[in-house]
Amino acid sequence: MNPVGLQHYLVVSVLLFALGLLGVIVRRNVLVIYMALELMLNAANLALVAFSRYNDNLDGQVIVFFIITVAASEVAVGLALIVALYRRRQTTHVEDLTTMKL
Amino acid sequence: MQELFFYIFAVLTLLCGALVIANPFTRSPVTSAMFLVLTIASMAGLFVLLHAFFLAAVQVLVYAGAVIVLFLFVIMLLDLKEEERRKIKASMATLGVFAVGVIAAVMIDTMRQSHLGFQARPALTEGSTIALGQDLFGNFALPFEIVSLVLLVAMIGAVLLSKKDLK
Repeated sequence: MNPVGLQHYLVVSVLLFALGLLGVIVRRNVLVIYMALELMLNAANLALVAFSRYNDNLDGQVIVFFIITVAASEVAVGLALIVALYRRRQTTHVEDLTTMKL
Repeated sequence: MQELFFYIFAVLTLLCGALVIANPFTRSPVTSAMFLVLTIASMAGLFVLLHAFFLAAVQVLVYAGAVIVLFLFVIMLLDLKEEERRKIKASMATLGVFAVGVIAAVMIDTMRQSHLGFQARPALTEGSTIALGQDLFGNFALPFEIVSLVLLVAMIGAVLLSKKDLK
């Protein structure tokens, strides 16, 4: 096996990001869309940690720490929004939430 | 050895990530959440291979611990039943796969052309958690405090949004 380099980690990161994006586009359940968003955030984290390792610079890891914190608060607020939405409309399906569509 | 572990964790991450968004057996959000846990755990393995030990621990504690539990609580709270029985249109799915494939191809091609000639240096390996802590409370002290404020705002917002009569 050839040695693992920065490219390998970046390819994994890109593929994971693509999977998350695909989930956001294809799935119709708000909760699963949220999980796909988490996948995309994690892909960005992986790229940042890989760059930080191969650049001999810790700033990438600090940014990943902040991203994890902000992602946690984003999930808390987002899920509270979903609960509030479900109370009003009894659905978590994006195709039923088209009030603002022209 | 490191190569072997990299390939194991990378394949696990991508496989479980794919199962989060499209599970051939069930459409239930609970299964998606469980596979998200596996994705995040194998990603923590990748972080360990990159010598980011502290972040691997934080990843497991915050994501696999707190965030997924929050997801599961909300799924339990909503009690979804008829959610499983909706078809995804095949034309939309193929269009999505095509668009995302193009984006991924562009990104990988850009990466291939940009000659990333970095080599891993052993300098950061052992004391990386100490250095990270010093960085966090030294150079990044102000962002650190601001992030704590963000957490406070998120907490208040979540409590306010979950109230019974939202005004």
